[in-house]
Amino acid sequence: MTAARKPRLATVWLGGCSGCHMSFLDLDEWLFDLAGLVDVVYSPLMDTKEYPDDVDVVLVEGAVANRDNLELAERLRASSRLVVSFGDCAVTGNVTALRNPQGEPAALLQRVYVDGPDRHGVVPSAPGIVPDLLPQVQELHAVIHVDAYVPGCPPSAERIKAALTSLLDGGPDHRWGIRFG
Amino acid sequence: MAAALDLDVVTAAEQTRRGRYRQRVMVCQSISCLAAGAQATRTAIEQATDEEGLGHDVQVVPTGCMGLCSRGPLAQVVPRGGAPTLYGDVTAEAGRQLVASLPRRAPPPPAAVTDRVLDPDMPFFACQRRFVLANAGRIDPERIEDYVAEGGYRAMQTALQSMAPDDVIEAIAASGLRGRGGAGYPTAKKWRLLAAAGGEHKYVVANGDEGDPGAFMDRTVMEDDPHRVLEGIALAAYATGADRAFLYVRAEFARAVERLDAAIRAARRHRLLGRRVLGSDFSLDVSVRIGAGAFVCGEETALMASVEGGRGTPRLRPPYPTEQGLWGAPTVINNVETLANVPGIIGRGPEAFAAIGTSASNGTKVFALAGSLVNTGLIEVPMGITLRQIVEDVGGGIAGGRAFKAAQTGGPSGGCIPAELLDTPMDYERLQALGSIMGSGGLIVMDDSVTMPEVARYFMEFCRDESCGKCVPCRAGTVQLVGLLDRICTGAGTTRDLAQLESLGQTVRETSLCGLGQTAPNPLFSTLEHFRGEYLDLLVDGDTAGGEDG
Amino acid sequence: MARPRAQPDAAVTIDGAPVRVFSGESLLAAANRAGIPIPTLCAVQGLSVWGGCRVCVVEVAGDHTLRPACATTAVDGMEVTTGSDRLVEHRRQIVELLFAEGNHVCAVCVSNGACELQDLAVDLGVDHIRFAYQHPDRGVDLSHPRYGLDHNRCILCSRCVRTCAEIEGANVWAIAARGAGSRLVAELDEPWGESTSCTSCGKCVAVCPTGALFDKGTGVGEMRHDRDVIGFLAAAREQGEWHDREQQP
Repeated sequence: MTAARKPRLATVWLGGCSGCHMSFLDLDEWLFDLAGLVDVVYSPLMDTKEYPDDVDVVLVEGAVANRDNLELAERLRASSRLVVSFGDCAVTGNVTALRNPQGEPAALLQRVYVDGPDRHGVVPSAPGIVPDLLPQVQELHAVIHVDAYVPGCPPSAERIKAALTSLLDGGPDHRWGIRFG
Repeated sequence: MAAALDLDVVTAAEQTRRGRYRQRVMVCQSISCLAAGAQATRTAIEQATDEEGLGHDVQVVPTGCMGLCSRGPLAQVVPRGGAPTLYGDVTAEAGRQLVASLPRRAPPPPAAVTDRVLDPDMPFFACQRRFVLANAGRIDPERIEDYVAEGGYRAMQTALQSMAPDDVIEAIAASGLRGRGGAGYPTAKKWRLLAAAGGEHKYVVANGDEGDPGAFMDRTVMEDDPHRVLEGIALAAYATGADRAFLYVRAEFARAVERLDAAIRAARRHRLLGRRVLGSDFSLDVSVRIGAGAFVCGEETALMASVEGGRGTPRLRPPYPTEQGLWGAPTVINNVETLANVPGIIGRGPEAFAAIGTSASNGTKVFALAGSLVNTGLIEVPMGITLRQIVEDVGGGIAGGRAFKAAQTGGPSGGCIPAELLDTPMDYERLQALGSIMGSGGLIVMDDSVTMPEVARYFMEFCRDESCGKCVPCRAGTVQLVGLLDRICTGAGTTRDLAQLESLGQTVRETSLCGLGQTAPNPLFSTLEHFRGEYLDLLVDGDTAGGEDG
Repeated sequence: MARPRAQPDAAVTIDGAPVRVFSGESLLAAANRAGIPIPTLCAVQGLSVWGGCRVCVVEVAGDHTLRPACATTAVDGMEVTTGSDRLVEHRRQIVELLFAEGNHVCAVCVSNGACELQDLAVDLGVDHIRFAYQHPDRGVDLSHPRYGLDHNRCILCSRCVRTCAEIEGANVWAIAARGAGSRLVAELDEPWGESTSCTSCGKCVAVCPTGALFDKGTGVGEMRHDRDVIGFLAAAREQGEWHDREQQP
């Protein structure tokens, strides 16, 4: 990080419920302080479509569940200095990975959309729009190198604040608390 | 003493019986020869004997293993008072021709017979020293008379009549006998502990659970010479004051179980086991316990749990079995081969045994020689023989014109020995110093077509499948180790995976409850030590070691 | 029942501190009494020693192998180390192995926040699992009217097995199969609800370190209302009739 510019912060939403981002919003007034400390360059809370280059810290919510998730994970790794697994789905797979014991996604989709109470009774298919599911949901660090972990479902606002403070202060440590769940 | 006369009477009767025949044709009926068609050979030889009208002249004897399994079916002709001739590749047709050519008949043996003669001076036989396997292939294991006629039960008789229990232990101590199950613990030391222990009952257990892939030493001893094992057990019980004994044999060894059961019944009939053995004050109750085929039950505490009828999982030591063993009573557990050495030591004297082998590792060791060799089979060699002698002389070198790469001793608990260490003498200490172990006697020789990480993966899969599941590092750790080896072997592994493999291997080795888990990483670490380059070559990022993720 | 003995009769050193011990006492018990925490997942005071979780391994000076503190008798003069880097790394890996082996999804577990495995992970600094998750499909047994068994959360510590055998004396539980396929079974592998030996005492649930054994009615959506009871009470009050509700259609 150079003294000339503010650190560039991104947040990413992969296969998760967005609860971690909701918890991020629970930072309330501190968000104003944060806005003064960093440039938020990419986030589901913003309108940016392309993941930018030269990101200093990225918080990644969610597990890697489909092809889009995988591509974005690889893309953000290439363009970011510190990749942070943000919340249990990114750290462990968590609820997103509950489908894994069921095996291949085809059987799962059949069960949910055809055998289940869905009124159309067809597996949705929109090539190029609805991304293919990966055979198994994976935690983020199974796919790319991760520099720090902020577990929690979701991590509390205090934990997020502690983590961001520490990360922006130079590097990861464990002052923010690490309990899963 | 009436019972004491029995041995002489039996021996004399057997000698007379044998003397009636001019030829004895021994046909190996051990598993590997059976797989090569030895059943048909035996039938053919018996039929031909009848058809040729040789029934009074030729005795056909089904026997155990003659050693050179790669040339099976094997048969041996022993003329009365003459030198035996061993034949290899004795198909049913060759067996018929063999009978037709027996020297009573005028025409000289045809080439089909003489071509099959195996040279007794060939290194495979010349380098061997048969102590434990003295009778294997030479007697009918289903007849107690055959064992007695070869001097069987004489050591027990001597001990009961003229040795105090302590004398037996001292003789074993003087012989330097060490446990043949792999660890090499001095047998006399174990026995002393049991002898010193109190209690109403004491137990001797013979461990015949042999589970290493490719190993069949103990099975062969139990199948081919069951009474030798029983005599060893009886001597151990006499020396230690035990009154009950179990033979723990895995269920897959159906023939061994059958023969041991029959041998126990025969020995009891002859008052060689049971109450007041040979008219002495010594009584011993021996029975067979069948294991359900779990590798972990070769571990002594798991074995005891299984003998007691429980789930075969290990428990913590101490207390050691000699303090608290079966049903809480003092117990000594010896490997089958260890016990099979005992009659020879007591019978021929400890000096004869101590004269074989090296200063710290006495006697012989039976190996199941397998892999890419010209000659494979069951061998018994003096301790201290070099691996090179076993590979090049006994084994006849690598088959198919390939080069030697490594030998695995000790199965899934052992390690590999590379070409540059071929001159290592086979004894307990030196093998251990190389990161391998003597083990129970599995010896797998690999040629240069073999990839060592895959060898490690094979043995790790074995340990994963055989883990009992009681302790976490073994149960869950071996699963992960196999996963990491899979990644590496399929070319998907990274330097990070290799580092994790080593780190987890260390945890499994240091924190597992019993020997299975503690030694499961041995093949991994020894292949890494001697063939690290092969692992590095398989890594995706092998050239960028020490990079960002390293 | 052995009452507390008069005086400790030996002394060991644990992490440099002198600790007086009773003869026959385990290192784990001695350390606990002295306020030195040694983690464990299978040991419970009052139950027989199992020694399967391997989390309590310690170093004893002069020994080349590690010793499980739960199963090692404290002997006069022993010098014990409980928290070296090597031990902590071993423990971390063991805990991570457990997380990777089952489906320990803390967020949706009935024991979230009250789980010994979860707590131990925090103590050891486990913030992610380095091993490949196995995602097994081990099933859930909800056949018992009062309790449930989620095999996915079972760490096979055998506390329930020992409790049932040694405290309740019912011997309902056992561990079947082997290796990674090991699983807790009721009776001879029957649904728990069909066990005729189970006394429904709940001690196995009480002793479970994770959420594998649980009281029914504590998970999301498990609340069962008894709305008919009001009509029953009203009818009873108005008509003075008290009938057995179980026998109503």
